[in-house]
Amino acid sequence: MAVATEILSAEPVASRRSPFAQTLRRLLRHRSAQVGLVLLAFLASIAILAPLIAPYDPLVPLRDVQRRTPPCIHLLGCPASAPQHLMGIDGNGRDLFSRVIFGSRLSLQIGFSTITFAIIIGTFLGAIAGFLGGWIDNVIMRSMDVLLAFPSLLLAVAIVSVLGPGLINALIAISVVSIPIYARLVRASVLSVKELDYVVASRALGASPSRLLLTRVLPNSLTPLIVQGTLGIATAILDAAALSFLGLGAEPPTPEWGLMLGEERNSVFNAPHLVVFPGIAIMITVLSFNLLGDGFRDALDPRLAQKGYEAKV
Amino acid sequence: MIQLLVRRIVLLIPVLLGILLVTFAIVHAIPGDPCVVMLGERATPEACAGFRQRLGLNDPIPVQFLRYVGNIAQGNLGTSIKDGRPVVDVLAERLPMTMELTFGAIIFAATFGVLFGVVSAIRQNSMVDVATMILANIGVSMPVFWLGLMLAYVFALTLKGTPFWIPPSGRMTSGISLTPLAEAWHFQSLPGLPTFLLSLVSNSVILHSLLIGDLPVLKDAVWHLILPSVAVGTIPLAIIARMTRSSLLEILGQDYIRTARAKGLVERLVLVRHAMRNALIPIVTIVGLEVGGLLSGAVLTETVFALPGMGTAIVTAILGRDYPIVQAFTLVVALIYVSVNLIVDLSYAYLDPRIRPQ
Repeated sequence: MAVATEILSAEPVASRRSPFAQTLRRLLRHRSAQVGLVLLAFLASIAILAPLIAPYDPLVPLRDVQRRTPPCIHLLGCPASAPQHLMGIDGNGRDLFSRVIFGSRLSLQIGFSTITFAIIIGTFLGAIAGFLGGWIDNVIMRSMDVLLAFPSLLLAVAIVSVLGPGLINALIAISVVSIPIYARLVRASVLSVKELDYVVASRALGASPSRLLLTRVLPNSLTPLIVQGTLGIATAILDAAALSFLGLGAEPPTPEWGLMLGEERNSVFNAPHLVVFPGIAIMITVLSFNLLGDGFRDALDPRLAQKGYEAKV
Repeated sequence: MIQLLVRRIVLLIPVLLGILLVTFAIVHAIPGDPCVVMLGERATPEACAGFRQRLGLNDPIPVQFLRYVGNIAQGNLGTSIKDGRPVVDVLAERLPMTMELTFGAIIFAATFGVLFGVVSAIRQNSMVDVATMILANIGVSMPVFWLGLMLAYVFALTLKGTPFWIPPSGRMTSGISLTPLAEAWHFQSLPGLPTFLLSLVSNSVILHSLLIGDLPVLKDAVWHLILPSVAVGTIPLAIIARMTRSSLLEILGQDYIRTARAKGLVERLVLVRHAMRNALIPIVTIVGLEVGGLLSGAVLTETVFALPGMGTAIVTAILGRDYPIVQAFTLVVALIYVSVNLIVDLSYAYLDPRIRPQ
């Protein structure tokens, strides 16, 4: 959200724009990024305002309602005497709309926390591997290769099997399987930068290795990290939903979208609304990050910047 | 080519060793006493002593690891804690279902993904292109299991009574059965590996019915595989379509394509003979890379469609703490994944002579 407001408030600079302003301009003109940003802003406001929007408590079963009642929307002809339930009632007599609204908090938190963790560890490992080289590089990167040798969701499933089912363990598993890609990215940019003149000059001036790494080398890895991180959040949300769906992640009565789908998957034929809405919520969230990630990739790509940018779908 | 093959296989050795270490660690990293965790309520001190003895948990870790690798080399994947069956037997029963699903999904994804991608690239910025790319974006963002549920709802309930009805779950219509292969071919009992291979084939309903020429069963099995394959294949389809579009667009802008057009070649030939051949390289790569996603998707989709594959087995095993099954199945999936990546690497070199080593 911080990114979005920052971007929206940025003033277009008339002449000689800084690279940052140019990137922002390209991003804001990118159609995918526009849609992604709008969706994300929408989701973030829902997450922040969840207690105000949700009409009922997401965890407490309602009295005097029948389980799995289809949606009752006053505007669409549901009698005004009946209480309004926009998405119907779930299998435990709770208001599904309130649960889906609160679920947005959890999903955004899951996405950001897992990827932040993965980026921090991945950057650390990749930077050390690229900067130091030699056997340390070999050990770190071969371990990353091994992690990449498993399909990521299955590795996450295996890790959860060791740690035991639960939301926190699922998040740890998803973070761990996301680490290798960031380690590889950072290592590649460190390798491409570390012999450049300005780094060598800095070293000749007596900069310490940690200062070199933090102020000279790492800023150059930010671009791919932003792109990959945004797309990574999308994958992390999908994976977390999948683990919860399988019964390996969030536990009842947490309002987690994947768990809601998992709990009600057998009622798809008699109460389809219980399956439709959480799925759509997951899809919109993942879509917004995917679109924004695509936008970042195009906006931050120097090749496109030189060619003069064309908005693409 | 052979030089390349050897080099790639040598490079694989550390990765394989790592995979073995990771799967070995699954049992050893369980917090607490593995005996208590695995046996649960049955974990009396006597039972635990026997359990440790049987699994060799009293030996030093390196010894245990070497024994683990040795057992795998001999095709011994351990025994299931729940029912005491050899894991290899469970594997022979479950693997074919997952492979059928993966193949079904990849055929669906590659066919339609390449088709949509090519159409989008040829008619760039047309309605078709925009629609395909919007759908591709949505397709990548859908949870596989949700798509499966929605497909089941639409095709099994809403379209009930129409010719488009497709069964929502199971491998075959109940009541249908296949003549066992051994019976059909008058086999006696076979030892070791041949039994394993035979049961792999006989547990693959499609292969089995094809081999004994039982067409009604084949039709029924394919019919049941449609919805799960579409569900698993949709995300890869979207990714393949996007990749095909961008790689074909890049190639269509190159000089040699202009030359081909300038010399009066029919557009279809320019496309098929000149452009597609080069565009195929990234497409093949992405199809190969998607196999990992397909295997993960298969695991999720099997639970939705109640298919007796590896996915349902892994989930049941995790919830029931049957670690030998989790361990062995994770290993097998990783080995399949790594082999597919190797094949992709090699086909890459086959398609593009520039990549072959000098």
